[in-house]
Amino acid sequence: MLKLILHRVLLSLLTLLIVSILVFVGTELLPGDLAQAVLGQYATPEGVQALRSQLGLDRPAPVRYFEWLGGMMRLDFGISLANQAPVSGLIAERLGRTLLLAGLSAALAVPLALGIGLLAASRPGSTFDRVSSIAALCVAALPEFFLGTLLVIIFAVKLRWLPAISYVMEFRSVGQLVSSLVMPVVTLAAVIVSQMARMTRATVVNVLSMPFIEMAVLKGVPWRRVVLVHALRNAVGPIANVVALNLAYLISGVIIVETIFAYPGLARLIVDAVTTRDFPLIQACAFIFCGGYIALMLLADIAAIMGNPRLRHAQ
Amino acid sequence: MTNAEAKVDQGGTRGDGRLSTAGIVGAAILVFWVLVALVGPYLAPYGQADIVSNDNFASASSSFLLGGDYIGRDILSRVINGAGTTLGMGVAATVLAQALGVSVGFFAAIRGGLVDTVLSRLNDALLSFPHIMMGLVVIAALGSSVPVLVVTSGVVYASAVFRIARALAMDLKVMDFVEVARARGEGTWWILRHEILPNVVLPLLTDFAIRLSFVILFMSGLSFLGLGVQPPLADWGSMVRENMEGLRSGSLAPIIPAAAIASVTVSLNLLVDELSLRTGRAYAEARE
Repeated sequence: MLKLILHRVLLSLLTLLIVSILVFVGTELLPGDLAQAVLGQYATPEGVQALRSQLGLDRPAPVRYFEWLGGMMRLDFGISLANQAPVSGLIAERLGRTLLLAGLSAALAVPLALGIGLLAASRPGSTFDRVSSIAALCVAALPEFFLGTLLVIIFAVKLRWLPAISYVMEFRSVGQLVSSLVMPVVTLAAVIVSQMARMTRATVVNVLSMPFIEMAVLKGVPWRRVVLVHALRNAVGPIANVVALNLAYLISGVIIVETIFAYPGLARLIVDAVTTRDFPLIQACAFIFCGGYIALMLLADIAAIMGNPRLRHAQ
Repeated sequence: MTNAEAKVDQGGTRGDGRLSTAGIVGAAILVFWVLVALVGPYLAPYGQADIVSNDNFASASSSFLLGGDYIGRDILSRVINGAGTTLGMGVAATVLAQALGVSVGFFAAIRGGLVDTVLSRLNDALLSFPHIMMGLVVIAALGSSVPVLVVTSGVVYASAVFRIARALAMDLKVMDFVEVARARGEGTWWILRHEILPNVVLPLLTDFAIRLSFVILFMSGLSFLGLGVQPPLADWGSMVRENMEGLRSGSLAPIIPAAAIASVTVSLNLLVDELSLRTGRAYAEARE
């Protein structure tokens, strides 16, 4: 089993390496020149030359790639072009707040989704199953900014229960913190709850159709126990995969949700970096986001291996 | 979707090939928007860039049926004109994604061996890029314009299509009728055209619909961030962004275009749910 896990870890590292090359090459492939692009068409040749040497662009690309990769490993992401501060400092300040938002949404979404999915799967064709399936299908297809603006109109504008914009930085009490986080968390959670519930249902229904379940039923095992013990155990791998997929989706969903509610997390930083073409910052963010995604996929793989004895002994 | 689930799920479909209520609703909404996109611009009361009111966020009235936007343009006219932009760009990008994904996916499956391993590995790396991140990197490099958006979305979503197309071709490759054709001495192209293609049309059609809904969400997400379609062109995603300020005063201006996007993506998913029951596969599963 250890060997299998090690194999997956190595595979993930390989993927991360390919991603790092893609990120680097992606920002290298600019038409013309990075320094020129950053300074715009009115730049003086001297200015462009100065920025080129500041960025080290006069050296060959492979050398710069390995330097950049080495920096990433030491969490040294270079200097932001837009405000001349170290990228790591700019990111660290906001990453925590983004993780808080994403973490709370996950903590709300995962148990809720698994519960709905299991309940729907254990009574296929029931009213609960049909209503939750069609609702999940619809909610999963909604853009975040539709849900977000709808919530603002209802709860902030009409009912005045919640502030429309979150000022997490300035909270004075726990109550204030909670009330400014409610709508972003609910918006972010809603889409992944519906997605996860759908996938959990499909997975469990699939397991419930297997012969060993029929055997358990015929043996007289109570249905509740069949679902929660026999079926769930065999669905752990696929469900872990579903959860990881959706948490990975959270990574990109959070950018939109932060923008809707003007939440002071990474989103503002990234969007500004794109408009000002602040490449060191964009590269760092892309690397962190992809790294997080790959790590989640790896965790799902490992959970699947641990949960399934057949995989445990496979080579 | 497995046979077992299809059995359990009989509530949703009938065996006689007719659509369920949800499927009919989805199809009707889509037909409506396609008509709006095609003939709407000739019927719209005002032009998409015309400033026709002195108020910001004018409320709905007989002259502005859905109210005015942040600089006094008619929202109804902009939603009508935006249908063409949003749907047109979405369809173009999805066609590109499928063309790329299917051709490379089939190529990988047919060649097999090292070619397949390398292409699949590369594709996995592409898939581990959060889509929005990939969009942002490209837009930072090339700037935002309609062609850049369409090509980027097409390439981004091609990797998911690649996976499905490759899996389909792998399944079919070992089928008896393909083996027989090969034994008859038919060429690869002939086999693709006459044996493989007829068997993949329905799954790929289903994939097209689900992909289109992702592409529309992706593009309007970028526009919402201010990095997609640029003003004054009317596009539903950027209309939401432009009018966000209006929320404070309780204007419905941002939610109308958001609802238009939602109606399209939900309809596509209702239709896909229907189609995927029929094709016996769960394409609707992963919202990548």
